[in-house]
Amino acid sequence: MIQYEKFTLDNGLRVLVHTDTSTPMAVVNVIYDVGAKDENPEKTGFAHLFEHLMFGGSINIPTYDEPLQVAGGENNAFTTNDLTNYYCQLPAENIETAFWLESDRMLSLAFDAKSLDVQRKVVCEEFKEHYINKPYGDVWHKMRELAYSKHPYRWMTIGKELKHVEDATLQDVKDFFYKHYTPANAILVVAGNITTEAVKALAEKWFGPIPSGTKYIRNLPVEPPQTAPRTAEVKANVPIDALYKCWHICSRLDDRYYVTDLITEILSGGGSSRLFQALVKEKQLFSNIECSHSGSTDAGLLSIEGKLVKGVQMKDAEAALMEEIYTLQQKGITEKELQKVKNKTESSLAFEDMSVMSRATNLAMYELLGDAELINTELNKYQAVTTEELLNESKAIFNENNCSTLYYYSNN
Amino acid sequence: MLNRTTPPYIKDAIEFDLQLKPYEKMVLDNGVEVYAIDAGAQDVLQMEMIFYAGNSFEKNNAVAAATSYMLKNGTSTKTAFELNEHFEYYGAYCNRTCKHETASLTLHTLTKHLSAVLPVVTEMIADSIFPEQELAIYKQNSKQKLSVNLQKCDFVANRLIDAYVFGEDHPYGKYIAAADYDALTTAQLKEHFNQYYLNGHCVIFVAGKLPFNLFDLLNTQFGKLSLKPGALLVTKTIVPAPAKKYRVTNDAEGVQGAIRIARDFPNRHHPDFMKMMVLNTVFGGFFGSRLMSNIREDKGYTYGIHSYVQNHLQDSALLISTEAGKDVAEATVEEVYKEMAILREELIDEEELLLVRNYLIGSILGDLDGPFHIIGRWKNIVLNNLDEQYFYDSVKMIKTIPAEALRELANKYLQPEAFYELVVI
Repeated sequence: MIQYEKFTLDNGLRVLVHTDTSTPMAVVNVIYDVGAKDENPEKTGFAHLFEHLMFGGSINIPTYDEPLQVAGGENNAFTTNDLTNYYCQLPAENIETAFWLESDRMLSLAFDAKSLDVQRKVVCEEFKEHYINKPYGDVWHKMRELAYSKHPYRWMTIGKELKHVEDATLQDVKDFFYKHYTPANAILVVAGNITTEAVKALAEKWFGPIPSGTKYIRNLPVEPPQTAPRTAEVKANVPIDALYKCWHICSRLDDRYYVTDLITEILSGGGSSRLFQALVKEKQLFSNIECSHSGSTDAGLLSIEGKLVKGVQMKDAEAALMEEIYTLQQKGITEKELQKVKNKTESSLAFEDMSVMSRATNLAMYELLGDAELINTELNKYQAVTTEELLNESKAIFNENNCSTLYYYSNN
Repeated sequence: MLNRTTPPYIKDAIEFDLQLKPYEKMVLDNGVEVYAIDAGAQDVLQMEMIFYAGNSFEKNNAVAAATSYMLKNGTSTKTAFELNEHFEYYGAYCNRTCKHETASLTLHTLTKHLSAVLPVVTEMIADSIFPEQELAIYKQNSKQKLSVNLQKCDFVANRLIDAYVFGEDHPYGKYIAAADYDALTTAQLKEHFNQYYLNGHCVIFVAGKLPFNLFDLLNTQFGKLSLKPGALLVTKTIVPAPAKKYRVTNDAEGVQGAIRIARDFPNRHHPDFMKMMVLNTVFGGFFGSRLMSNIREDKGYTYGIHSYVQNHLQDSALLISTEAGKDVAEATVEEVYKEMAILREELIDEEELLLVRNYLIGSILGDLDGPFHIIGRWKNIVLNNLDEQYFYDSVKMIKTIPAEALRELANKYLQPEAFYELVVI
């Protein structure tokens, strides 16, 4: 049970406090309700580029990192298709430094041309390192474009292409900031060795005076249901053929989310999971196979990806994979198998809760989804899943008309 | 009106009094030592069994890594599937890693399930049978994974730079080729297992919310095995490469170069090791380092550049590592040497040095948070044959080392001609 208190400032900033006196540290986590899905399709990758610029100096403070490091702190940030999250950890006695820094960059950035110029290059190198200069690095770009026709999950957080990042202008940066980086569009979580009273006083002092701005109302295109199978082929300079399949699933807040999550565990959650045992160990058609889901706020994807053992034909590998899926759809799972994946979930949630940082980030993410209390109720939702629900959901998801397949062939 | 230009008062992190929570030590009937930290609010536990069974001891390439991996692939009573299923049913994770001197088996479990999963750990370390079929699968899949990795410039660069510094026959410098996997036999694995696990040297580290009967549980499971206490080390001669500079084209269409610049460096018992911790932080050890500020934050040549001292038990190396745009890779190499020269020639000013001291103390303070981190510190101390004074001495070093000593250290170690230099595209 994770205890926390919540209040809202007059400007709309939501604040959550989680006290843990066993640590000398404090964590300040600020989440902004903006991600790659809010980007202009012609200017993708911008939410993430913007995250880099948040470290390039704010209106009253030339650099973010240095004063934090002087206070003994460390920080980082990440952007997804749904959100942008900034977090820092520092000795609790120096927590006001984090309020000072975070509130100033919520107030306004310095909008420094040099910072934009450098970070465009840095992000382009990040793009190359992770998605271009790596075998199979372009897979999820292609897969998203195949699976989504309308929804902005069509592109990756890093952006569709280098050019979009290279072309970003200072005016784009300003527009984006004023549209999305407002108190009403943010959630502040403070965790660690600090009281709610102290956080209230500091939040009023540093964040209270920031004008509330206009609340951004999201109005994204809805992805229409897929009505026919989609396939694509790639030939590339990779050593081994690979198979990628994905299916549309429910949104994060749907009750079926928990069933879906357990389905991925049943299929590939470890050495005793179905796909690994059948396809890697018994039939030896794949050298590795993994099943995961995007866990995205809006309706996402469940995907299965595997590399084929050299010499195995793509159609044989795919047929064997689908046989496992059909078995799941026809016979369902045993109570023991269900208990196994529930136990695994209980355990992974407990390990996740060990660090104050992870508790703070999770509180912010759940509050952004609509209810911080999910941090305490999720386990029960997993525990309530039945074998019947799992059977029904596997029938619904693994429908061939709901499926996109990418055949990735080696040129060699 | 709120003054946003003046920073709030801070307590310098160097004023913080850092304490390393002491361990409890137990000795099993066979002499094997157990170090334990009881802390944390969650009902979780981590146990790491360390065997002196790393690649320093293998007779043929890849044997140590294969033996370590195959521990979870069959005992006389359980198949690989059944072993996995047992851990997974209890929500536990049992991982194996193989390093140069040590190979460990790490268990993560809810404390309430410890007694249910421990007997299977015992089976793995006392009764693994290394089935032919499982080894065949391992060989095939490892070769496939290797073939993918060999397309990556960073993977290739990491292998080569270690080979230059230590030599291809040294445990720290050798690497595995596809032919090494092909040559593996179950007999080799069984021999390695027999000598270095069944009858090997072992030490155990446990942390988390510990059960009251931890000692009895561990002693019942492991105390009767023919394991031995203490470390086992072999010293191999370093044969560094004759040439210092290398340019390798791994992928003609590559858009980045993996840059590695490295030299030999002594281990933790040398007085310079602690000092280098501070100098390295200034140089390339954190986000605000000279290398990051210049090469990423000023020039945008890379997504990240780091320097570090390799975490080896015997000989070590100082390494600078980055992936930079193909057309700026050579310029990046130049800038690394320029930063070395500045550290050799100029004193680090007090403001920057205080920042680094505060950053390092703050990060140790944060790193002492939670039982797994605390036991990690102790593991490092025990495996390196140090004592807790090492921890307090290094804290003192961070707080007090003067800029002059750091410049002297830079003159001793940051000499370009001592470094191997590699760019892999």
